[in-house]
Amino acid sequence: MGQIQLKQVSKSFGDVEVIPPLDLQIEDGEFVVFVGPSGCGKSTLLRLIAGLEDVTAGSIEIDGNDATATPPAKRGLAMVFQSYALYPHMSVRKNIAFPLKMAKMDQAEVDKRVANAASVLNLTDYIDRRPGQLSGGQRQRVAIGRAIVREPAAFLFDEPLSNLDAALRIGMRLEISELHKRLDTTMIYVTHDQVEAMTMADKIVVLQAGVIEQVGSPLELYQAPRNKFVAGFIGSPKMNFIEGNEAQKHSAHTIGIRPEHIEVGDSGPWKGVVGVAEHLGSDTFIHIHDTGLTDPLTVRASGEVAFSYGDTIHLRPRDDRFHRFDERGMRIA
Amino acid sequence: MATKASRSAARLMISPAVLLLLGWMLVPLCLTLYFSFLRYNLLQIGPTPFAGWENYYWFVTDPSFTAAIKNTLVLVGGVLAITTIGGLFAAILLDRPMFGTGIIRIMVIAPFFVMPTVSALVWKNMFMNPVNGIFGRIATSLGFEPIDFFGQIPLASIIIIVSWTWLPFATLILLTALQSLDQEQLEAAEMDGAGWWNRFWFIMLPHLARAITVVILIQTIFLLSIFAEILVTTNGGPGTATTNLTYLIYVSSLLQFDVGMGSAGGVIAIILANIVAIFLMRMIGKNLDA
Ligand SMILES: Nc1ncnc2c1ncn2[C@@H]1O[C@H](COP(=O)(O)OP(=O)(O)O)[C@@H](O)[C@H]1O
Ligand SMILES: [Mg+2]
Repeated sequence: MGQIQLKQVSKSFGDVEVIPPLDLQIEDGEFVVFVGPSGCGKSTLLRLIAGLEDVTAGSIEIDGNDATATPPAKRGLAMVFQSYALYPHMSVRKNIAFPLKMAKMDQAEVDKRVANAASVLNLTDYIDRRPGQLSGGQRQRVAIGRAIVREPAAFLFDEPLSNLDAALRIGMRLEISELHKRLDTTMIYVTHDQVEAMTMADKIVVLQAGVIEQVGSPLELYQAPRNKFVAGFIGSPKMNFIEGNEAQKHSAHTIGIRPEHIEVGDSGPWKGVVGVAEHLGSDTFIHIHDTGLTDPLTVRASGEVAFSYGDTIHLRPRDDRFHRFDERGMRIA
Repeated sequence: MATKASRSAARLMISPAVLLLLGWMLVPLCLTLYFSFLRYNLLQIGPTPFAGWENYYWFVTDPSFTAAIKNTLVLVGGVLAITTIGGLFAAILLDRPMFGTGIIRIMVIAPFFVMPTVSALVWKNMFMNPVNGIFGRIATSLGFEPIDFFGQIPLASIIIIVSWTWLPFATLILLTALQSLDQEQLEAAEMDGAGWWNRFWFIMLPHLARAITVVILIQTIFLLSIFAEILVTTNGGPGTATTNLTYLIYVSSLLQFDVGMGSAGGVIAIILANIVAIFLMRMIGKNLDA
């Protein structure tokens, strides 16, 4: 079991309110991702759930029991830290066995679980090394191993991949998702990277300045962002926002259209001058200026288009893909 | 600084300093060795004939030699135990965020800057004096017989005084080491179910191993040669109760004016210090690598 409920939880450091009161429900077995820009309070929220910080007000329930005052060790949660926080003077084996040793589990069971975790995570060959002798990805796996042997009610990950290089990050992303499918345990995952959020999550919680902007599945957030912040944060490249006359035509203060929903061609209602084009092979992201709209546009075209810098091109946005926002940046249904 | 030319140039340039230091060390060492084989007493005018191992024989068989060795070990061991354990404790307390940390830290380190003679005199007259000292006054006011520190527990008294001087040193080194401990490790251990004691034992202590080694090694070097505190308080007495090796050498060469005997003692002290150093390096030196 691993159902977690936050009720009117808030957190202040001194006079600074980092997290205004918020409610959040996390179901058993869900993969929840907290995403938001740096400094928005994701780690703080995770640490509140872990019990490493005390809530200023509100309550936290785990599996229906009030855990607000429960010390971290008794909450049945396991955490993987951004710095991995491995114990440098212990071997991989001892690192993974540490929580079991603290729980005074008998040695045979400890050995069995450690061997099991090591084989699941491909660590068997390194089991007697110290963390200092491992690569970043291996350290990451040791940290995960230390979390899974406890068979916790939920896993908490705080930006676990941010110290890895790009290729390794994609690999570990898959491994963690696979681990979630296999263990079927609740996971709460913090990241500032919306790609990680989109690819891994069952449910994304978008945070800004400690406030939950929207909660939903990746597709919900992509298709129906509740406000301009979420619209701009989810999706890559970023959504184009247009104000002024063009928005008036749609009776909105601001309209948004994603780069993948604008077609490039010889005719169309908009036209502009090609600026920088980023070729990714599969796609090309074209930055277009002098459009006559309030802002420059980014457009996603197929990989094979051949435009040169300075060409004038026509654009045809897909009418059913406009997002409309009012003066306060809220979505107009 | 990796080419052959630059390396030999570097060697050439540091050689004067090396030679100077070598001479600085070798000349007194050789003179001491030389004197230790002579029958050479400043009170006897005349020739100083070669004496063979005589000085060594008499120095080692003197009952005060055994006492001095024992006192030296107890003194060093006692101070080390008090300062490392006390220093650990103080460092852990000071590591917590609290009001006026800066001032408290300066106050903590202050005893280290008090000269040994001064601190010994202050302790002797203001704290440990059975009549006028604070401890005596407290004992009397509570109706107890005051302790005559330097009469009843002379060696323990000196251990207390020296520990007072060295505790700040240990505290400061251990505090610095403690502050370099990654807080996330402690938090991870907390989540792994480790209580305070287990976190101390499995996380903090291994992290501090290197710093503790440094504290023990450095202190041992200085504690083997404690002198001022003894001279000012007990003069090595009562009897030989507080005579350590350094003080015994002082007695031989400067109170009995026996240069030969004092030199022999000096050579023995050098050998003993090196044995202790090698022993310590072996025992805890493995903490220093890795
Ligand atoms: N222990 C603390 N004391 C004071 N302020 C803190 C503390 N921890 C975090 N903060 C502040 O809370 C805000 C949110 O921090 P954090 O949760 O670490 O953000 P994120 O993980 O989303 O990058 C930041 O503005 C940070 O400065
Ligand atoms: Mg963070």
